[in-house]
Amino acid sequence: MSETRETPLASWHRDHGAKMAPFAGWDMPIQYEGILAEHNHTRNAASVFDICHMGQFMLEGGGAAEKLARAVTHNLATLKEGKCRYGFLLNEKGGVLDDLIIYRLGADRFFLVVNAACAEGDFAALSARVPGMVTDISPRMGKVDLQGPASIDVLEKLLGQNFHDLGYFCFRECEFRGRPLRVSRTGYTGELGYELYPPRDMTEELWIALLEDERVKPAGLGARDTLRLECGLALYGHELDTEHTPAEAGMDGMLTSTAPYVGHEYARSIKSQVLVAMKLEGRRTVRSGDSVTLPGEAAVIGKVTSGSFAPSLGYAVALAYVDKEYADRDTFALTAGRSSLIAGKTELPFYKNGTARIKF
Amino acid sequence: MSNPTNLLYAESHEWVRVEGEEAVLGITDHAQHALGDITYVELPAVGDSLAAGQEMGVVESVKAASDLYSPVAGEVIAVNETLNDTPELVNQSPYDQGWMVRVKLAAQPAGLLSAADYEKLCQE
Repeated sequence: MSETRETPLASWHRDHGAKMAPFAGWDMPIQYEGILAEHNHTRNAASVFDICHMGQFMLEGGGAAEKLARAVTHNLATLKEGKCRYGFLLNEKGGVLDDLIIYRLGADRFFLVVNAACAEGDFAALSARVPGMVTDISPRMGKVDLQGPASIDVLEKLLGQNFHDLGYFCFRECEFRGRPLRVSRTGYTGELGYELYPPRDMTEELWIALLEDERVKPAGLGARDTLRLECGLALYGHELDTEHTPAEAGMDGMLTSTAPYVGHEYARSIKSQVLVAMKLEGRRTVRSGDSVTLPGEAAVIGKVTSGSFAPSLGYAVALAYVDKEYADRDTFALTAGRSSLIAGKTELPFYKNGTARIKF
Repeated sequence: MSNPTNLLYAESHEWVRVEGEEAVLGITDHAQHALGDITYVELPAVGDSLAAGQEMGVVESVKAASDLYSPVAGEVIAVNETLNDTPELVNQSPYDQGWMVRVKLAAQPAGLLSAADYEKLCQE
């Protein structure tokens, strides 16, 4: 195992009382003042998250669009310049190697943002599928997420330009203090927000400038996890893995590409399990890895992938893979330590008042 | 927050306030801080009989769960029911409003630490 890596903001986090912990090989801030306070601040105002650990690739060259369309599930035929799209890198069996966002910078020019834990494998897979066109630009790039209903006002004030005309999953090349800054209206919290891509050596300057706005506070990976779970957003290694297809993760609706991408024969098939959203009866939660059974029965029919008290809802929620023959049941039993908790099937998102898709 | 010197402490991070033949139990400031934001507390039922060291409940935070152990032997005569809806009181006021269980002691507490010894334990 290689040494734990640090983002350009690591000293800032330590100087500001962050609780740090290893995540995907990186030493990351889990919380500052507390997960609940940071969660609520993101829902009500705006927070900044250090996301410099994620991988960033450029993929460009003659025929890049056609070749990339055969490598990932994203429908590039309908992806216009200035827009980005969520999708998957699959293996031959339709299992998910990673989920990633692809930005179309030009006809044959793409920017890819991938999970930290998967970055190395993604780079190898993409280099094999689209030879000679992929560059890992992570070492020279940073990533800061600005999320929350106040984020648009904060960003307009900082960059001195209008962002009301930047739609959901659209991006724009901007400048911050004379240097390039890519800004996309995307995020992982369910709130109106932006993902900002500065040069790595300018990340701290951007971070500090954002925090000079009194509406903005730092938030850690703890709040990021409760925010994303309340909105039913998948986390690689939990809801997404090589054992399950996008269809099993409930994402077949976004598989609109007609290109013969790797894994396309299986991507839309449900082999064994389906991801089910569950609402628990009280505050007590279950955790990733806990078992799913039918109430009053002993046979294990599934496994919890994520579970937490949902701060914006006041009760616990969970996502679980359930054997497909039981996935349409209304009620399940989840094990939490020695006790068994009753959970009812529900629809995503758990939290429905997020501002992410708000139209101006 | 320093640990009150009028309390006794268990190595499993519960505190005990002896009041005559009764005792009040909770978790320490060190414990609540280590757990982070507490979201759920499960306590024993009134009338339950507890042995010293017996598991008596669960505390959950956003990121962790921890079993509660009774530092004393006795019968549960009251539990702090306000923690059902406001478990954050354990974070905000671990030695006062975040109290958990009141027991009628079956025996005098034994094998517990003073505030000074507990602080040493936490610093190790």
